Amino acid sequence: MSASLDKVAQTLKGVIDAPIASYFESCVHCGLCAEACLFYTETGDPKYTPIHKVEPLRRVYEQEFTLLGRLKKLVGLSKPINDDELDQWQELVYDSCTLCGRCSLVCPVGNDIVYMIRRFREGMAVSGHVPDGIRSATKRTVEIGGPMGLKWPAVANVLRKAGEATGVTIPVDQEGADYLVLLSSMEIVNYSEYIEALARIFNKAGISFTVASDAFEATNAGIQIGSSDLAKVIVSRIVDAAERLKVKYVLSPECGHAYMAIRWEGPNLIGRPFTFEVVHVLELLDELRQKGVLKMKDTFKDPLILHDPCQIVRRGGVLQAPEALIRQVAENYIPIADQQKWNWCCGGGGGASAIHTEEAEALRARVFQIKKRQIEEAGVGTMVTFCANCRIVMEEGLDHYEMNTKLLGLTELLAEHLEPVDVNSASALP
Amino acid sequence: MQGPLIDTLVRQGVSRRTFLKYCATLASMMALPPAAGLAMAEAMAAARRPSVIWLPFQECTGCTESITRSHSPTLEGMIFDMISLDYQETLMAAAGHQAEEALHAAMKANHGKYLLIVDGSIPLGQDGAYSCIGGRSNLEILKEAAQGAAAIIAVGTCAAYGGIPKARPNPTGAVSVSDIVKDKPIVNIPGCPPVPVVMTGVLAHYLTFGSLPDLDDKGRPRAFFGETIHDRCYRRPFYDQGKFAKTFDDKGARRGWCLFELGCKGPVTHNACATAKWNGGTSWPVESGHGCLGCSEPDFWDAGDFYKALSVPAHPPTSVVAAPVIGATAGAAAGFANRAKKNAARKARQPITVADLEK
Amino acid sequence: MNELQFLTWVRGPGLDIAVGIFLLGAVWRLFEIYTLGRRKDLAAPRRAAGASGLHTVFRRSLPPHGMLKRAPVSYIGGYIFHIGLAVIVFLGAPHIMLIASLTGLSWPGLPAQFIGVATVMTMAAMLAMLVDRINKPAKRFLSTFEDWFAWAATFLPVLTGWLAVQHLLLPYTTMLALHILSVEILLIVLPFTKLFHVFTLFGSRWYNGSANARKGVPV
Repeated sequence: MSASLDKVAQTLKGVIDAPIASYFESCVHCGLCAEACLFYTETGDPKYTPIHKVEPLRRVYEQEFTLLGRLKKLVGLSKPINDDELDQWQELVYDSCTLCGRCSLVCPVGNDIVYMIRRFREGMAVSGHVPDGIRSATKRTVEIGGPMGLKWPAVANVLRKAGEATGVTIPVDQEGADYLVLLSSMEIVNYSEYIEALARIFNKAGISFTVASDAFEATNAGIQIGSSDLAKVIVSRIVDAAERLKVKYVLSPECGHAYMAIRWEGPNLIGRPFTFEVVHVLELLDELRQKGVLKMKDTFKDPLILHDPCQIVRRGGVLQAPEALIRQVAENYIPIADQQKWNWCCGGGGGASAIHTEEAEALRARVFQIKKRQIEEAGVGTMVTFCANCRIVMEEGLDHYEMNTKLLGLTELLAEHLEPVDVNSASALP
Repeated sequence: MQGPLIDTLVRQGVSRRTFLKYCATLASMMALPPAAGLAMAEAMAAARRPSVIWLPFQECTGCTESITRSHSPTLEGMIFDMISLDYQETLMAAAGHQAEEALHAAMKANHGKYLLIVDGSIPLGQDGAYSCIGGRSNLEILKEAAQGAAAIIAVGTCAAYGGIPKARPNPTGAVSVSDIVKDKPIVNIPGCPPVPVVMTGVLAHYLTFGSLPDLDDKGRPRAFFGETIHDRCYRRPFYDQGKFAKTFDDKGARRGWCLFELGCKGPVTHNACATAKWNGGTSWPVESGHGCLGCSEPDFWDAGDFYKALSVPAHPPTSVVAAPVIGATAGAAAGFANRAKKNAARKARQPITVADLEK
Repeated sequence: MNELQFLTWVRGPGLDIAVGIFLLGAVWRLFEIYTLGRRKDLAAPRRAAGASGLHTVFRRSLPPHGMLKRAPVSYIGGYIFHIGLAVIVFLGAPHIMLIASLTGLSWPGLPAQFIGVATVMTMAAMLAMLVDRINKPAKRFLSTFEDWFAWAATFLPVLTGWLAVQHLLLPYTTMLALHILSVEILLIVLPFTKLFHVFTLFGSRWYNGSANARKGVPV
């Protein structure tokens, strides 16, 4: 076995635990996970069956941790994993899996398949069998600071412009602030209205917040490529800044994987609990709504449906806030059949949107049909979501099918219809 | 040798009408058409009684007892008057040298034509010394007698299949008649003891048709052994409804419920007890409240506890205690090995850098 | 060996061996799997009503949102076959007796005709599922020799039991012995094939449920 394959085996041996063993032993090949995965349902190709995506991991488990598997290996009856196989599996593990987690919700024997894929990616990452797009995004995040290569001066510029547009100065590196606000590069570059919205809402609510100049990036390509080592490096920047600035809360933006990275994986990556709380921006907004701070001056009239980003709702646990908030601001919100934790993925999560090969883009366009059908069945012209990656991926999809659907961000929508406060009056700063 | 049977019957005060009724009953029991009853009557009435030699080997005499304790002594006695029973140690008057002489005279005079009835198993151990008559082993006697027999009727489970002497560990090396004799037609009439009317039915068939009745793969007459006790049992509806006696004197037992749970081997036993019954149709084991022992099946003594139902282990599984313990030990060892391997892998692993992402 | 000896063997030494291997294998494999352990989750948990490992152990027996329409044979066939098997094994008088002889516990059973109906429905469901495994692309793609073998190992006890009671194919004593033998084969292979899900599905549902419950998502 080559040195690289040795490392793969070593890595995978280290990540296999009782849950993974239990899951592999329970799988009865019922194929129901395929029926929950949009890559299978929209293509009909059985190679996209979720449990099949982790077949090499299963073989490592069998050969290393079961007596019969070990005996088979001893007498030469088992097939060790090889480079060709890992090459073949790259598409299955990255291009056609967005870590959306629907499979884990339907498996009748209870297998958490998305958990297995996340762990399997550790082995793929160490062998270099990863898509170019995600590799370069990770490289940029580790070496420069973010997946798009944004550096602080550019970010500072955007913040300054947002401050000017809203009349609210956005504090930077302010020690003792309540909230350390994180941003995703996608928001900074494509949807800077989100930053303005935040500023307005925070000002109205009288919340003290700050951005850190050395830890502004929320997204964590390390999670997507599947390397805990690199993910740790990236998330540690945030932890260090939060502790240095002595904030009470770290605010995760409208970005799915960012929330997963900081809220759920973060403490496990650094090996200790956080000394601060992680809050998703929608959780904060819902809290404000419940306190009566988020009064709307008017409502949004057009009928709309909600797209629940996988990493925030199903995988993140922010279940109630989104619908409560949309009902606050929209008159004509139409709940769809597969809503909340049952929603279908945009097709671009898990790093998939960073893969720009022809095949990957064609696949994303193909699986977008499920969202297309949701919009058409509801008969609406507007869809609201709260993840910048979902937005960019779905905009591409809408473009591809020449649909006129308007795609809006939830926080922006709230801010647009928010009752204004006089910025010159003494606001309710603590 | 005496004259035609009908003369004997008349002498004993049995009317022709009664005799005809008897033959009709016998025919219907063997599921033969009504005309056969008449044929039987005519054949038996005119029968020149064939020679029948009865050899008892390693037996308990129960078969003889059963056959003589049959329906109505007068009628069964008549059946024995139908044949010339030239040798039967329990019933004959002679003994010693006279008995031996009678045996050899009958064998010589009827060579090739006599019916040989055998009860008891044949021991092979110690050169057959375990059972001898007049200084000769059963094995030797059987081989000699079989030579001149027209057919052999192995009466009782011992003669048919080895019976109780063959039960584990079979100290005498007991075997059945068909284990020894390979070149003569053999009818097995198993049972411990067999049902009397089965015996007489086979004889009547032979006398009427000159041939042995239809036999199954175990040499048993299909007419009497074609169905299981279970399929003819009058308590079957209770089995189907799930009503079982759980002890010999509980409510279920007193109501005549199915005895499956008390070990009845009816489902795997072929015999005529459930229909022909015993003691002139008085009763049979199940009707008297005890499960069938399966006594007409080969090796029924070694088929597990008589009081354990067919669906439970014949002997309590001894592995239930040891197996989980061994499993736990092996499993714990495997667990340790697994954890050690996993921890070693984690420890030896170097954190990766961006450079490692290149292939 | 005649059929009664065959029957006595499968009721005696055969059962001993099969139960022994089954218990040994099951206990060993449970240790082998679950001693791998799982690392403690250091993220601050979020609690939600109706979300826990235990909830998922039960809830996952129901078809999740929208799935029944997508795979009706899997669910309906699966229910009929599993429930049918449970009815046959736990409510059939001869089987209750077997359990009573091994554990001391017993309870009333159903009349034989009900068990007969349940048996036929179970076999029909199993055949439907076999056909589905051949027809459905995902199932066919995933299926290995082990899947077909496990199906046969589970189908044969039901079939032979039914044939014995119905007095079909072979004489009763032989059919009964084959039935018990087929159950013994099933017992022996169970801990070492996907049939082991009988035990591990509880752990799997629990792990999944508790991991998601920590995040506040009832699964």
